[in-house]
Amino acid sequence: MTVTAADFQTPGPAKAGDERLAHVGRATRLLMRPELGALLGAIAVFVLFMATDATANHLWIHQTGFAAWTQQASVFGIMAVPVGMLMVAGEFDLSTGVLTGVTAIVMWFFMDKLHWNAWLAIVGTFAFAAVVGLVNGYVVVKTKLPSFIVTLATFFVLRGASVGGVLKLNAGSTQVSLTGSHYSGMASAKTIFGSSFFASKALPNGYQTADIWFVIVTIIGAWVLNRTTFGNWIFASGGDANSARNVGVPVARTKMMLFVATAMSAALVGIISFTQASSAVSEQGVGYEFFYIIAAVVGGCFLTGGYGSAIGAAIGACVIGMAFEGVIYAGWASAWDFTFLGVILFLAVGVNTLVYQRAMKARR
Amino acid sequence: MAQVKETPLLEMRGVSKYFGSVNALQDISLQVNAGEVTCVLGDNGAGKSTLIKMLSGVHSPDAGELLIEGRPVHLPNPRAAQAQGIATVFQDLATVPLMSIWRNFFLGNEPTKGWGPLRRMDVGKAKTIMHSELAKIGIDVRDPNQTVGTLSGGERQAVAIARAVYFGARVLILDEPTSALGVRQSGVVLKYIVQARDMGKAVIFITHNPNHAFLVGDRFVLLKRGRMMGSYLRSETSVEALTEMMAGGAELQQLSDELAKLADAPDIEEIAKEARELAQGAEG
Ligand SMILES: Nc1ncnc2c1ncn2[C@@H]1O[C@H](COP(=O)(O)OP(=O)(O)OP(=O)(O)O)[C@@H](O)[C@H]1O
Ligand SMILES: [Mg+2]
Repeated sequence: MTVTAADFQTPGPAKAGDERLAHVGRATRLLMRPELGALLGAIAVFVLFMATDATANHLWIHQTGFAAWTQQASVFGIMAVPVGMLMVAGEFDLSTGVLTGVTAIVMWFFMDKLHWNAWLAIVGTFAFAAVVGLVNGYVVVKTKLPSFIVTLATFFVLRGASVGGVLKLNAGSTQVSLTGSHYSGMASAKTIFGSSFFASKALPNGYQTADIWFVIVTIIGAWVLNRTTFGNWIFASGGDANSARNVGVPVARTKMMLFVATAMSAALVGIISFTQASSAVSEQGVGYEFFYIIAAVVGGCFLTGGYGSAIGAAIGACVIGMAFEGVIYAGWASAWDFTFLGVILFLAVGVNTLVYQRAMKARR
Repeated sequence: MAQVKETPLLEMRGVSKYFGSVNALQDISLQVNAGEVTCVLGDNGAGKSTLIKMLSGVHSPDAGELLIEGRPVHLPNPRAAQAQGIATVFQDLATVPLMSIWRNFFLGNEPTKGWGPLRRMDVGKAKTIMHSELAKIGIDVRDPNQTVGTLSGGERQAVAIARAVYFGARVLILDEPTSALGVRQSGVVLKYIVQARDMGKAVIFITHNPNHAFLVGDRFVLLKRGRMMGSYLRSETSVEALTEMMAGGAELQQLSDELAKLADAPDIEEIAKEARELAQGAEG
């Protein structure tokens, strides 16, 4: 050999305490977090409705108001968290809204038509959703078509099936329901998924068990995204799929698993709504997919993928819940709540752009 | 090189690769031995990156076969190549700009702790290793949470190299790893190459710099327009010969003649002079 390792100059050891590292304060660091915009937004919206609350005893800041908007927020949030994670991985799912309704109908079908025990029906409903998610994911990954288009197709297929299926199974009615109390397992399933807790004199109806599911889904989502290997793969798949694959990230598998998780979350919402009401209507949930996406964007998830937060998406869902309920508390015409959401979305996109510029350029 | 005739660690036999109608590589046969540095040389678009992408599982060959230790292998994806101990620094570096340095360093090979559902990335360990590996290459990471997109080109290249060196078990592939590096960091990379070779690894090194190539190379493979133009042992060649081969000898002469002719026209004399200086710079 002509050269050996020793022939090359070894650089000096890295200096401790770099003079070029400007001190980054705690506040600045906090400002960089993707969920911060959402949190500030949520506080602003809360304060706004506190100020405009037109109810007799100013119920907005009491348990009544809290229970009302969390009830809305929870069913949005259970979806917004996985939808946000899917967005971080660079994909969309437009079939989520209708799937929350279809799964409720599927559960009814298992229980009423097949006479399954409620718990078996729940397992069956999750399995059904998993298959839908797998199909979405498989087609997206294999065809490399934009998921926007693929899941739009799924959306229409499911929407049509929910209308046609219900009409056919239920003699021309658009609503399906369980009548009577002879359905085995339904009572215990309702306790777990579709009932309430902490009822009191001040709050006769209590809080929805859906709120607990919302918290559970948020904790799992935040844990997976920030702390696990799979979370690292989610960020990489959405940040630069080609690079991620080249360093050994199973990008296709990561995306497929997220589509499945999203669809199964839709099943959770479907099961919650069906155990709450014992009924479902065709086209239930249609249009909600946009609320989930709005919540995720408000929560700091980039539409372009690669960046975002599960906790942010959950806070985004709270903003939407507050918007819907707050408009009622303020006594405004409820037709305005969409306008209100539109403005919030605009503001959120503005904040996200700022965060993106900070993440990509100056780190101060 | 007193090499006994033994099974090469990595071998390509009659490999071709097409991209649609583009014939990127045609009938390439190549042997890479453990404890040797194989330099792949050639013009822009000659097919060097395509060649190493087949060895790292990014592309599958359209014809021919790959062998590892004499056994035919199929590398369906980069993860499969990594499992065979092949680590690569890609020309585009394969980093994710929006992710932090430490996340990028361990992407696809994250260290974990805990069991079952509590299994999580060992962030502390990841940051410590990343910091010391980058310090070794001469890059002082100021903030492990800094996103890779905000690093300088050379720093990003250093991250990709440090990562491949850290994970490269048997084969280390570097596709123009020093193109954005300063003199000192380039020196460290060359040292890494020699270290890896001395540890008995096989190194494949792509570069446009004949001085770098000759400094560390044991074997030189020349590609031209997707075909193999020759393979030379170190003893059979020299820096001058390599420079000539890489620049395409006769073509360089022709270029300088043309420039001389252009120089006769007064208004473009300036440009011609500059171009001549450039050509000399590339030679020296
Ligand atoms: N994915 C692809 N699709 C189509 N054509 C491709 C693809 N990858 C490479 N090519 C073509 O194959 C040829 C060889 O490209 P390659 O990247 O291997 O060249 P190279 O020798 O690495 O060049 P350079 O020195 O500029 O890096 C080029 O003509 C390129 O356009
Ligand atoms: Mg190349």
